[in-house]
Amino acid sequence: MSGEVLLEARNIGKRFGGVQALKDVSLTIRAREIYGLIGPNGAGKTTFFNVMTGLYPRDGGEVLFGGVPLELGTPYLVAQAGIARTFQNIRLFGNMTAIENVMVGRHVRTHVGVFGAILRTPGQRAEEAAIRRRADELLHYVGISHRANDLARNLSYGDQRRLEIARALATEPQLLALDEPAAGMNATETVALRKLIEGLRADGLTVLLIEHDVKLVMGLCDRVAVLDYGEKIAEDVPGVVQKDPKVIEAYLGAGGD
Amino acid sequence: MEIFAQQIINGLTAGSVYALVALGYTMVYGIIQLINFAHGEVVMIGGMVALTVITTLVGMGLPLPPIVLVLAGIIAAIPICMAIGYLLERAAYRPLRHAPRLAPLITAIGMSIVLQQVALLIWGRDPKAFPQIMENQSFAIGGASITSVQIAIILMSVVIMAALTWFVYRTRFGIAIRATAEDVRVAALMGVDANRTIAATFVIGAGLAAVAGVMYGTYYGITHYTMGFMLGLKAFSAAVLGGIGNLAGAMLGGILLGLVEALGAGYIGEFTDLCRWPLVDGLLVERCANGGNVVLFGSNYQDVFAFMVLILVLVFRPSGLLGERVSERA
Repeated sequence: MSGEVLLEARNIGKRFGGVQALKDVSLTIRAREIYGLIGPNGAGKTTFFNVMTGLYPRDGGEVLFGGVPLELGTPYLVAQAGIARTFQNIRLFGNMTAIENVMVGRHVRTHVGVFGAILRTPGQRAEEAAIRRRADELLHYVGISHRANDLARNLSYGDQRRLEIARALATEPQLLALDEPAAGMNATETVALRKLIEGLRADGLTVLLIEHDVKLVMGLCDRVAVLDYGEKIAEDVPGVVQKDPKVIEAYLGAGGD
Repeated sequence: MEIFAQQIINGLTAGSVYALVALGYTMVYGIIQLINFAHGEVVMIGGMVALTVITTLVGMGLPLPPIVLVLAGIIAAIPICMAIGYLLERAAYRPLRHAPRLAPLITAIGMSIVLQQVALLIWGRDPKAFPQIMENQSFAIGGASITSVQIAIILMSVVIMAALTWFVYRTRFGIAIRATAEDVRVAALMGVDANRTIAATFVIGAGLAAVAGVMYGTYYGITHYTMGFMLGLKAFSAAVLGGIGNLAGAMLGGILLGLVEALGAGYIGEFTDLCRWPLVDGLLVERCANGGNVVLFGSNYQDVFAFMVLILVLVFRPSGLLGERVSERA
């Protein structure tokens, strides 16, 4: 697992008013690894995610993706560069069907604009057909193709999580960032999710995983970073991180024996 | 009964125009929650541009069939209105995208005044009559008559509305517009360029406005630099009636408003004719004798109906007939 470096975050800082949510966080994600980011509640995991995917502006530091600095202020450029994400609190387009949600993800990899669509050129038709076909394949891949024409908001919780992954995959990311994908899932759903993530890696993707479920993270990830109060306190293979006294302290509190 | 049928036809015609204009309001509202009060002025400019083109072509004395003249007017009006729509978004609204909602609203009213004044400078303050190019053929149906212009307007709006629906629901760009309307930030994270999508929405709305302006001009035979104001307000009422932000709602609201207005105008004289009421006595008896009328409100009260509808909708069903939950996002 010593692939080339895919993403390198250098000294990322983020402040909300008086709260320093992230303090000089640096980490390196290698190609085709499953990288876990854990930490107690409020440690800054999701903030880090949001900064990295361009949702929040950062206050310091930079992110190199494939060796190129990311335009962090502009979310659609981050997507174009090859980072896609899901959300802790699911954010689907509820009034659109499942397949349409995935088709939105295809937007960034396709080209025909307003006038092409109005003029209905052969290229436009072929592209529309290809978008639909690919979206259908992705729904199949995550296992919800039977719900393709249902409104996203009518899907079950687990299916909505899967749909978010399908939508993210539609952007053809190199790095897929999953924000607490197992939150609220039952044991069976979590097992299925784990299979899905392993499958993604087998298909050549790099996965960044924020997760509360420590068991899932430790079992699944190649390397894990731990955040506490906005600072990275550990980064290593799961076996080492689990035994790190600073990590144990962060989770159990000081003085814990 | 003839009056009824006739007013239905008139209402459908006016309603088709309202629907096209209302779509522009509703699409823009749907995507950035802005009521673009300058939209009516874009309609007016569409009518003015077409009038100029048609008058010029007629003046050149070319033996062109009327349909070609009108199409030339539309083809000239569409890109000009689209450019104005784009400029409005780019110069006036985009810088205020993250400002409190009152700021862009007031800017919209300001832009409306600016466009009116520009039109005043270019086309002057007098109403301009469209050249009589159409032999306005009438066809009788069910005791009423429908003119070729009315048929053309209704058919054209139906085709345009069908095309727009197809575009929004079936194409890559339409899906991006809907996604942006639901959640700008998530759409951006999925790779949709929000600025481009929002600009496109303005441009499409302005294109519809251009067509509506030409229809309005050819139907009533006249354009005036202030005509966008009332037309815009009515179309806005139509959009609210249908449920602002909702495409089908704008179409339905436009048609319904046209019908309400036409029927209202057709019957208000009859209903407010005091001679038809049983309480008539005294002075009125004399004036009502020999089939006289004492009409309180004539059909010039037509405009009242649109706003009565607006008020009733706002009181009893603020989200409109097909309305979605309004302002779910902060």
